[in-house]
Amino acid sequence: MIIVKHELKQGRTAFWIWAGSIAALLGICIFLFPEMKSEMDTVSDMFASMGAFTAAFGMDKLNFGTLIGYYAIECGNVLGLGGAFFAAICAVDILSKEERVHTADYLLSHPVSRVRIMTEKLASVALRILVMNGLIYLISIGSMAAVGESVPWKEVNLLHLAYFLLQLEIAGICFGLSAFLTRGSVGIGLGLAALLYFMNLIANITKSAEFLKYFTPFGFCDGATIVDEGKLDAGILAAGLALGALGILAAYLKYPKKDIR
Amino acid sequence: MEAILTKELTKYYGKVRGITGLNLSVAEGEFFGFIGPNGAGKSTTIRSLLGLISPTSGEAKIFGRDIRTEKEAILAECGYLPSEAIFYPGMRVKDAIRLSADLRRKNCSEEAERLCERLKLDPSRKIDELSFGNRKKVGIVCALESNPRLLILDEPTGGLDPLIQHEFFEILRERNEKGTTVFLSSHVLSEIRRYCRRAAVIREGKLIACDSVEALSKTNARRVSVRGQVDLEGLDGLRDVTRTEGGVSFLYSGDMHPLLQRLAGSEIADLNVTEPDLEEIFLHYYQKEEA
Repeated sequence: MIIVKHELKQGRTAFWIWAGSIAALLGICIFLFPEMKSEMDTVSDMFASMGAFTAAFGMDKLNFGTLIGYYAIECGNVLGLGGAFFAAICAVDILSKEERVHTADYLLSHPVSRVRIMTEKLASVALRILVMNGLIYLISIGSMAAVGESVPWKEVNLLHLAYFLLQLEIAGICFGLSAFLTRGSVGIGLGLAALLYFMNLIANITKSAEFLKYFTPFGFCDGATIVDEGKLDAGILAAGLALGALGILAAYLKYPKKDIR
Repeated sequence: MEAILTKELTKYYGKVRGITGLNLSVAEGEFFGFIGPNGAGKSTTIRSLLGLISPTSGEAKIFGRDIRTEKEAILAECGYLPSEAIFYPGMRVKDAIRLSADLRRKNCSEEAERLCERLKLDPSRKIDELSFGNRKKVGIVCALESNPRLLILDEPTGGLDPLIQHEFFEILRERNEKGTTVFLSSHVLSEIRRYCRRAAVIREGKLIACDSVEALSKTNARRVSVRGQVDLEGLDGLRDVTRTEGGVSFLYSGDMHPLLQRLAGSEIADLNVTEPDLEEIFLHYYQKEEA
């Protein structure tokens, strides 16, 4: 656990900035809900008449006048995108940073196998994602209770579970990339997270691009579908988790044999 | 037992040569020097031995263990000081030293404290605020604190002031007397001459000489410095000819008779014939094929 501890210590500032920002944004949005609820009928009508844009964000299926309808969209944008960026940054840099900042000689000249180093680093990424999501979940639930709304437990739990799995999938893919990269990893990670987000928007807009949902974790995080059906799409979820697992597998195949420059 | 043994060790980076067919043997308990110009393959050799890169072909063993299959066991007995000691941002000296010991699953606090004291290193300082030399000291403590059987040191004295350099070599000498093998890669030939019993010279990825420092230093070449006019045209065995105002200096390894004849027929105000210093001898190794 030495490397897990070391990684958590190294990444603590970034962790608090990201977790704090996402949690604060979600909290603020929830605190704004009671004030906005009265105006939501007009807002819902307006959002429902925006054509492709409405479909892209799933606003044609959700009622903005309810807390869960409002939260599902807000959650998708704040926790979905913010969490995806955080997971990508954490994972894509976790192995490659050792070469980028030239600490690889220090770390890898100690009697610890590369597989162990990778496993502990991966665990540290997963732990950061888990703690961040736990924190955000508690703040969201607390904020809902604080504004006097009853918590729609099932939907909220499903939404948070979906975004947690989304972050794990992105982390898995980015961990795989990290084993191959030496420089520019953060930009690549952020770019990948944004690409996956936009792939889902495209899949929502056109029927012919619906297959893209199987290649992006945002596909199984669609708030409208989750709230509407009360479950996660198992097929898309399985495809997503398989992609994440492939990323991790690629890292384990590459990094133990990688020449460290 | 050999501390380090390589057989036809070869490493190519794609098509670029790292080292080719390197055969090296360092006995346990030796203080061994490893020298060569920039890009000769010194770091490639060290990085292969430590498992940071995989050799293209050939084999290497440390204390009889294969570097490919027994990496962790090898690293448990090695202390490595890279030429540039770089640590994680935001760390204090004591954190880096402690992390290194923790990664070795050893409590090295007493030895680390002793080393910090001898090297005049403040463990409470932030590494980001340290000079290059002081960061090097952190690297030295990390490499030495676990009392490893083999020390692999890549340009260890860069940035260290003369007093600390002296103290550092005293520590190495003490460790060596207790049986630690020291593998010292250095450009500073005076360090090799003073501390190493044997040395190897590497050039263009190949080992070109490996012998006792005394034997490597032996040469029939002489440094000849002449004040006056002398015609050197057509003389065999001339190297490193430097013309100065009113004279000429050169390394001469040819037959003495024709040189003396030339000198006798010239107008000479002063003549000095000396043994070349170690730097000149190694420069000769470095430039052998170009000459």
